[in-house]
Amino acid sequence: MDPKTTAEVSGMGHSMKRKEDPRFIRGQGRYVDDIQLPGMLHLDIVRSPFAHARIKSIRTDKAMKVPGVLAVITGETLAKFNLHWMPTLMSDTQMVLPTEKVMYQAQEVAAVVATDRYAAADGVEAVEVDYDPLPVVVDPFKALEPGAPVLRTDKKDKKDNRIFHWEAGDRQGVEREMKAADVVVKQDLYIPRIHVCSIETCGCVADFDRAMGKLTVYMTTQAPHAIRTVFALVAGHVGLSEEKIRIVSPDIGGGFGGKVPVYPGYVITVAASVVLGRPVKWIEDRMENIQADSFARDYHVSAELGAKRDGTMTVLRIKTLADHGYADAAANPSKFPAGLFSICTGSYPFKQALAEVDGVYTNKPPGGIAYRCSFRVTEAVHTIERMVDILAHELKMDPAELRKRNFIPPEKFPYRSALGWEYDSGNYGAALDKAMAIVGYADLRREQAEKRKRGELMGIGISSFTEIVGAGPSKQFDILGIKMFDSCELRVHPTGKALARFGTKSQGQGHETTYAQIIAEELGIPAAHVQVEEGDTDTAPYGLGTYASRSTPTAGAAGAIAARRVRDKARKIAAYLLEASEEDLVWEPGKFSVKGAPQRAKTIQEIALAAYTNHPPGMEAGLEAVDYYDPPNLTFPFGSYICVVDIDRGTGEVKIRRFVAVDDCGNIINPMIVDGQIHGGLTMGMAPALLEEISYDDQGNIQGGSFMDYLLPTAMETPRWETDKTVTPSPHHPLGAKGVGESATVGAPPAIANAVVDALWHLGVRNIDIPITPEKVWKVLHEKGVAL
Amino acid sequence: MAQHQIRVTVNGSPHEARVESRLLLVHLLREVLRLTGTHIGCDTTHCGACTVLLDGEPVKSCTVLAVQADGREVTTVEGLEKDGKLHPVQEGFWQMHGLQCGYCTPGMMMTSYALLQRNRNPTEEQIREAISGNLCRCTGYVNIVKSVQYAAEKLR
Amino acid sequence: MIPASFDYQAPSTLADALRLLDQNREGAKVLSGGQSLLPLLKLRLGQVEMLVDIGKVPGLDYIREEGGTLRIGGRTREVELERSELLRSRYPALSDTASVIADPLVRNLATIGGNLAHGDPANDHPATMMALGARVVATGPKGQREIAIDEFFRGLFSTALEPSEILTEIRIPAPPPRSGGAYVKLERKVGDFATAAAAVQLTLGAGGAVERAGIALTNAGPTPVRAREAEKYLVGKKLDEKTLAEAARLAASAARPSADRRGSVEYKREMARVLAARALEKAARRAEGR
Repeated sequence: MDPKTTAEVSGMGHSMKRKEDPRFIRGQGRYVDDIQLPGMLHLDIVRSPFAHARIKSIRTDKAMKVPGVLAVITGETLAKFNLHWMPTLMSDTQMVLPTEKVMYQAQEVAAVVATDRYAAADGVEAVEVDYDPLPVVVDPFKALEPGAPVLRTDKKDKKDNRIFHWEAGDRQGVEREMKAADVVVKQDLYIPRIHVCSIETCGCVADFDRAMGKLTVYMTTQAPHAIRTVFALVAGHVGLSEEKIRIVSPDIGGGFGGKVPVYPGYVITVAASVVLGRPVKWIEDRMENIQADSFARDYHVSAELGAKRDGTMTVLRIKTLADHGYADAAANPSKFPAGLFSICTGSYPFKQALAEVDGVYTNKPPGGIAYRCSFRVTEAVHTIERMVDILAHELKMDPAELRKRNFIPPEKFPYRSALGWEYDSGNYGAALDKAMAIVGYADLRREQAEKRKRGELMGIGISSFTEIVGAGPSKQFDILGIKMFDSCELRVHPTGKALARFGTKSQGQGHETTYAQIIAEELGIPAAHVQVEEGDTDTAPYGLGTYASRSTPTAGAAGAIAARRVRDKARKIAAYLLEASEEDLVWEPGKFSVKGAPQRAKTIQEIALAAYTNHPPGMEAGLEAVDYYDPPNLTFPFGSYICVVDIDRGTGEVKIRRFVAVDDCGNIINPMIVDGQIHGGLTMGMAPALLEEISYDDQGNIQGGSFMDYLLPTAMETPRWETDKTVTPSPHHPLGAKGVGESATVGAPPAIANAVVDALWHLGVRNIDIPITPEKVWKVLHEKGVAL
Repeated sequence: MAQHQIRVTVNGSPHEARVESRLLLVHLLREVLRLTGTHIGCDTTHCGACTVLLDGEPVKSCTVLAVQADGREVTTVEGLEKDGKLHPVQEGFWQMHGLQCGYCTPGMMMTSYALLQRNRNPTEEQIREAISGNLCRCTGYVNIVKSVQYAAEKLR
Repeated sequence: MIPASFDYQAPSTLADALRLLDQNREGAKVLSGGQSLLPLLKLRLGQVEMLVDIGKVPGLDYIREEGGTLRIGGRTREVELERSELLRSRYPALSDTASVIADPLVRNLATIGGNLAHGDPANDHPATMMALGARVVATGPKGQREIAIDEFFRGLFSTALEPSEILTEIRIPAPPPRSGGAYVKLERKVGDFATAAAAVQLTLGAGGAVERAGIALTNAGPTPVRAREAEKYLVGKKLDEKTLAEAARLAASAARPSADRRGSVEYKREMARVLAARALEKAARRAEGR
């Protein structure tokens, strides 16, 4: 798609250099820990070594004697203000600080406030807590057995560890189809707990100004407005009122969903600032981040896929146990406790499908979806794409061929899936064909066959995923009741420059550039002259923030609509200036001209000036518009990924030889930025597939709680990603664009897992759960007698 | 607690400070000298967000004591620019989209700068090896490699 | 990530450093590169009352071969070892080892003396030093003494160094002609400790039979593991597929790894075998000049 604007204007389709970069490359970014306020104190947190224990006593006298320590906050302190518990985004409750017992290792137990961070750290070491360990529940299956200790004793009448049961689909219809299927493949898949580990951890600076009665919180948050409202609701009873709360999300060093939840640390820090009347800073360190903040995945999946003998897939049934830790603190839209897991029918037209998810409590940190997962779409896609590959191998069909035979064909869109989603547009075959051509699929299969004869292990894995992003339409989507629209407030100044504020919040996605490009596309004002702002709730219009790849689908649309409203008013002003009727005016990017008399024209800059100096009588001055965009539907980006692996028969190591990713996110704003999102997403897809995992021993001690054992890939482990695109616009989005931030994290893991299983299928291997570590592969090789 | 008077040259300017023995170099830079371009990303010497040059060699400033830098020269990201002119490494990262959230970027650039001082024409493999002590979660490293290659060409 | 308080001294002579260590035997530790010690202090996993920084003591970093011995100063940084042409051409096992320690940034500060003195069997140099038959020089208030590497590692994080001694030099016998060595490490990612690793140093006779073999394993027990049986087996034999495989099997049988996230005991032992075989092969190729 060739850009419609010049490079100078830099509307959609231009790989414009990012406007936000100058400050970052100079080390002048303003992240939360960079903020220093006069009189600022530091807060550090005492954490539980036990996964489940009663607190017998907390002694703070030694800590108070540490030079620089001013206060120690405990659950008792907060209980006085009824702030020791808080609601979660899924309408569960979690502790801010405990008064009775702790429920996971690394849980916050007390907080020390001191004059500097070194003193605060010393203070934390000096707090003495006596614990009485309680029986620990870490196995979610055991948690559901009768007689298992009931964890949420704070909930009256709770007699078990169940959180929710959710399902979608026709149970009877599925049972019928399963019975009628020629072949049914079954597989259990465990998708383990992982942690997103953005390089910047979480933190805040809470500044309660006693004189003004106003609370300002600089915070690592992806959703500043939602936070403001939650604070007002939670702490309204202690005098915090929403018009006097300002949340500022400055530069954020990566979010990926990990900076959406309200962590206890934020609330304690706000309380400290309110009580002490001084700014208080809390910045967690990495181990706290991994061990206490919201995790992702931890789905125990049992899947069955039914098909005809010729490979036509007919029915899908999935049962999942979701381990949520001790509280459901996932940040899903409220009607979706299992997120958008029902996208699990994927790119295929299943006649019948049933998906059910049961949430369960365990002695682990709360959460559930914080790792670039699009609200459980990673889990859904991993399941369907693994099952499709298993079916292909069972039927001795080529996995690409099986997919192509089944794909929802392009002419069937908008397509209503068996589980109720209306996919907006798609052309799955084209993406797969392109990926196959780039990777040289046929040659690779030949090479594989030859290598197999010599005992060499090589695998090819495909993932043809359909994503679901852009939450979402108000009839279905809300977070704690707040609908999931998003917004843009656009104002054009007299000198023709523009200011555009949005309700989203970039954490590296490049909104300062891409949103400017949208405005440039619609108005012809050069993107370089459009100042984009996000993140300050005092000035930005209300929005639900940036996560789940929703920004372009919602706020991007709002930007386009607001710009079109501005253009409508500009047309009226132009008509007045040109003494022509509106219908006789022709628009091209940046100017209106009279039909048939192109020399009679007004540029947008001239019109902007006129809006303030010479506007038509009867019309208000100024040139601005606001749009709150309620998307009519979600958008459905898709793609096909092909991964080629070679397995070291001595060590079990999996080497990714090639990885081709063909993505389709509809019309593209900035190709360079989209590529960057794909590269990063692929790396965050590979990491869970091969390296990352958090587990717990039977006492609830975390394994993998620091970078020593929680393995983030370096440039050496990361392959050179090969990317390409197809473009299938969204029919309902004003720009034809879809989201893309999470596509690669969603699509990559099954491509890699499929490649490894493909390499080993002939030995009788059906599945290896991710992360596919060298030892797991070696075990299989050893069992099958082919280890070197 | 022992206190020490130290003199450290940072980005060409001499600084004096009275510090605890245990003060980490990264905190000297960020908290005492208010040079917040150098970032902290972990607690086990893995992520490299804190990378600065110590006597010209890239090191993780979270694992150096400020007192160890007494009498020595430190270069941070703020020192790459000269008289308002960006260094080719900075230009490369901007041109080739080598950053997204920007948090790992200062450390990544300091390591890249040091690499190009030693090796004017590094291969992709050599670049990846040189930055293997710097973690990035956003970019997948592809464009970081391109940024360094761009800078290498500009410097030659 | 903030250490507890400690005192700090940066003496400018070796004598001053030794005096400080001697006066504070209970609570003082040597600070060399700090890349093993500071991470521990930051996690408050080790108490120290005083750090004696030997960074300002001159004359402790060098790499030179003289009189049939390779001498490396204790404060020589890993990056120097990695870049040394002398090591690459004549002591490739050492070159291999230095280049896989931690990551490039850590190697700009970490020192070989620190790597050995820390007494961590997961560190990479100990096994290579065993394979090379090194001796370390411990300098104390009463003077210098040489300690054979086989006697240096006493237990987990425990070496033969007295609290008032500094590891000032490592001495390695210069290899005769037709010698070659290698260090092969399996790690989960760059920067990790070894899941398993093997160090090999071979000298071949004129007919191609093994005259001397040094084989040792990293992270295969509470101290680095010398695979003596494997070494003895190889002497006098020609290296072929069979003898190589048997030597590797014998080497692995000396491994006593513990299970952790890097692997089970069985996996680590098998990897010791696989890597020993690969290291033997590489060392043999280098010994044969290929």
